[in-house]
Amino acid sequence: MTKNLRVKTSKFIDETYKISFKFNGKTYYGYKGDTLASALLANDIHLVGRSFKYHRPRGIMTAGSEEPNAIVQLHNNTSRTEPNVRATEIEIYEGLEASSQNCWPSVNFDIGGINNFLSPVLPAGFYYKTFMWPASFWEKYEYFIRKSAGLGKSPIEPDPDIYEHKYIHCDVLIIGAGIAGILAAKTAAKNGYKTLLVDEKPYLGGSTIYQNSEHFKISNQISSSWLEKEINEIKKIKNLEIKIRTSVAAYHGYNFLLARENLTDHIPLEQRSNKIRHRLLKIRAKKVITATGSLERPLIFDNNDRPGILLCSAIEKYANFYGVACGEKNVLFTNNDSAYETAISLYQKGINVEAIIDSREETDSKLIKETEKNSIKVYKGYTVVDTYGYKRINKVSIMQLSKDGQKAIGSKISISCDCLGISGGWTPAVHLFTQSGGKLKFKDEDQVFIPNIYPSDQISIGSCNGEFTLDEIFSTVPKTLKEFLNLKKTDYEDLEIKSSFNKSKRNIWLLPSEKIIGKTKPFVDYQNDATAKDIKLALREGFRSIEHVKRYTTTGMGTDQGKLGNMHALGIISETTGSKMGELGTTTFRPPYTPLTFGTIVGRNVGEYFDVFRKTPIHEWHIENKAEFENVGQWKRPWYYPKNGENMHDAVQRESKAARDSAGILDASTLGKIDIQGTDASEFLNRVYTNSWSKLAIGKCRYGLMLNEDGMVYDDGVTTRLDENHYIMTTTTGGAATVLGKLEDYLQTEWPELDVYLTSVTDHYATVSVCGPNSKKIVSQVIPDLDFSDENFPHMTFRNAKISNIKCRVMRISFTGEHSYEINIQANYGKSVWEKCMEVGKEFNITPYGTETMHLLRAEKGFIIVGQDTDATMTPVDLQMDWIVSKKKYDFIGKRSLYRSDTIREDRKQLVGLLTENPNEVLEEGAQIVADIKKTPIEMLGHVTSSYYSPNLKKSIALGVVKSGKNMIGQKLVIPMKNKQINVTVADPVFLDKENKRLNA
Amino acid sequence: MFVINCPYCGEREQSEFKAGGEAHIIRPKQPTELSDDQWAEYLFMRKNIKGIQFERWVHTHGCRKWFNVVRDTSNDVIKAVYKMGEKPPTK
Repeated sequence: MTKNLRVKTSKFIDETYKISFKFNGKTYYGYKGDTLASALLANDIHLVGRSFKYHRPRGIMTAGSEEPNAIVQLHNNTSRTEPNVRATEIEIYEGLEASSQNCWPSVNFDIGGINNFLSPVLPAGFYYKTFMWPASFWEKYEYFIRKSAGLGKSPIEPDPDIYEHKYIHCDVLIIGAGIAGILAAKTAAKNGYKTLLVDEKPYLGGSTIYQNSEHFKISNQISSSWLEKEINEIKKIKNLEIKIRTSVAAYHGYNFLLARENLTDHIPLEQRSNKIRHRLLKIRAKKVITATGSLERPLIFDNNDRPGILLCSAIEKYANFYGVACGEKNVLFTNNDSAYETAISLYQKGINVEAIIDSREETDSKLIKETEKNSIKVYKGYTVVDTYGYKRINKVSIMQLSKDGQKAIGSKISISCDCLGISGGWTPAVHLFTQSGGKLKFKDEDQVFIPNIYPSDQISIGSCNGEFTLDEIFSTVPKTLKEFLNLKKTDYEDLEIKSSFNKSKRNIWLLPSEKIIGKTKPFVDYQNDATAKDIKLALREGFRSIEHVKRYTTTGMGTDQGKLGNMHALGIISETTGSKMGELGTTTFRPPYTPLTFGTIVGRNVGEYFDVFRKTPIHEWHIENKAEFENVGQWKRPWYYPKNGENMHDAVQRESKAARDSAGILDASTLGKIDIQGTDASEFLNRVYTNSWSKLAIGKCRYGLMLNEDGMVYDDGVTTRLDENHYIMTTTTGGAATVLGKLEDYLQTEWPELDVYLTSVTDHYATVSVCGPNSKKIVSQVIPDLDFSDENFPHMTFRNAKISNIKCRVMRISFTGEHSYEINIQANYGKSVWEKCMEVGKEFNITPYGTETMHLLRAEKGFIIVGQDTDATMTPVDLQMDWIVSKKKYDFIGKRSLYRSDTIREDRKQLVGLLTENPNEVLEEGAQIVADIKKTPIEMLGHVTSSYYSPNLKKSIALGVVKSGKNMIGQKLVIPMKNKQINVTVADPVFLDKENKRLNA
Repeated sequence: MFVINCPYCGEREQSEFKAGGEAHIIRPKQPTELSDDQWAEYLFMRKNIKGIQFERWVHTHGCRKWFNVVRDTSNDVIKAVYKMGEKPPTK
């Protein structure tokens, strides 16, 4: 029984191009140029969704991005599904499938509708008040609350579309291509500015472009015809770029703006593959002209939310632009002249207007006279007090307004209708302006907030600046543009303007009815079901700040961010509390202006490009040899090399044993390497490390510990003196960049007098580390020309060498406690040196090992890992590493902090070894350590930082930090776990080879 | 996002820089002679001004040079940039 409500051919709709689409499973037809909303209305469908809290039936209310009700799910249960899409924005295409949200089993019959009848017990703050106690019940509540929370369903399959980011730099950015934006674009571009004009809609010209009334003329032409010529002209200007379907989402400081350009959402799915869906434009503009227009306000009265109730401007647009009648029996309710513009449009299209209810008394408006000429009944000084019809409005009842506008008086008159247009005047769209940091002022005569103080080089023009009528625009905008763009003249001065709009308005934020407020449902925020009653309740309960009222009532917190109702919320607060609107301020407008998809935000940074990763020159070998990888900083490091289906534990046990029994090989290329040169290099190291460097002989290596100025361990590593004024420092893998940054900081800002130069060479060298009792035999075959005797090449020294004419540096240093060598060679030879070591080492069962085995081996030896055994609260003294802190040096970074009252406390957490009573029990890293579990509250003494099963010691070993741990060696402590307690003994942190026999072997 | 005029490279996006906190805090030449309170003053105490603030920035993804910035924290307007060691502008 669907009706066809197409009224007259519109030039914006191509009636030769029929499109079929599905809504809630049923097929309908529309035309090219339709939005989902206009196509549904043409099929006489108003009921589109259910409201969030009360599940009330809701229909299409607007014709733009401010739509609160008509939000739908697209292509449900597919990878392209998207929730909360505004039916008023999505252009229909062949095969479009949309469905209603927040209703079950269907939009027509929704179980959740029961909430509407429960509404007296669901006041503002219901959830806060009800689900507070008893606290233990929360887990039970949570399930139901989560189920009823949220509107649409998020996609669960990977997004098949491509997204992109793009930077744009321009002289002038113009946001909004309504009449003001078009004037600005032409003026800026013709005067040589590189100009970008964006608009969220698929066409240019804003609401003027479908204005066909004799009452609005420019240079004696109907305003739309005049504007069309201007648009045709600007399309030819070379230095003007125009982007439609492009919505500015955020306006940041320094004229940096983000906009979403929508490229494929309006074409059929099968044509979308390999095309970019959305492009996030990162725009840096020298000057910004905001011409974002204004949004029509609804009116707040009892049951103002039924399907069939729309904004007057929306009804006008559906008629003029889409050629669709929203109803056959239309009633308009207004407090200003806008409804008469709508009435005249409808009359011209042959659409019936039953009556106009105007809250104003007599005004001398030309539009009213014109309307009355067409024998449309106008009720002056009346208000709508109630509406009827559950799934579609069928009747309104009206009453006279008292002189002060606070009461509905006289007898009720009923008017039957199938569509009610409402207009409460206009709200400038100042969202982007305030996002940029702009300050608003309240203009009492129009009851609007308009831009006042601009934080950057920008200007607002047109109705977003309170210039609502055609004559206001032409008397103000050209002047503003001349000043802003430093011009002598524009094309738009002395034009003859005809505008019949009378600006008089009777502003009543909350319209009265004969009922008490408690018995009514005047919706302020449609999507979140916040009523005027809720706002008053919040005020009664003591909330005063608009930000608090917002959060308590959820007004303005939906996907539409309260674009329609926020002003009324403010108005009601102002009236109830007796404070001035200008002093109340507004809630903060936050980006994005309209929601962005996650795809748009991440752009191309998906999958392997989500975060860049670094691989060593030997990476390919690790892959070929089936290494499992671990992320360390941005590096991919081999974690362990499982053989024959080993799990991690087995692989690590095998690797560790091989390294100690014969030979292991590790890719250490990821360690940070900083080349330090200059005549003051030694002095510089003295200042940044805790130990002394002046006497380190050329060719020697030394371990160093670096502190923060607060005395806490920051990084560690071995530094080698290559020459008199030349060192190479190694840092931890994750710390390389920040260490270099910190050293540069001190060098440039505190000690600029030092002659020192730092260069990051991490990527320049590959580092192959061979350890174990047979390491010497292997490395000496790889580098046959070098004398590996202990006399010539003792522990902690370095030698220059050559492998087949390629220079390399060999360090005899060790992180495992084994006799070991590190070969540093130009990165691109790394893999061949590694392979050579593997080949030569075959007879010694050389075993590649990963980071996990490296961690185990160093823990056996009691070597710390900065960042695992330390956090930013450990001093060298806490780590029992007093030996590395020079007593003689006058100063180094962090020295003074080592004897602050806090750092010399005896009961600080200190690094100790932990041995379990049962040698097979391996502790969990992070587990808490306590002394006494009987005394509550249990005092936490510390936690486990590293824990392994050592195959070489055949027992479980762990490192941990424990309060006063240094003095507790031999003492028993307890580690309480979920189902058991583990007894441990505090031990020395060095478990293996305290005498360093293996190192020097 | 600011545009910062690096004194060595010129105007660049903020994303190329890192902020380094309050400027003109000089590391004491003889830390060992300071009391705990005096040392704490240097180590921990920083201003948090609404208005004109002198701060350090480094052009991390550029020339890696440190320099000073005068910024109005109430509106993020950068009033001046100057090199390390140069005197702060008085006006």
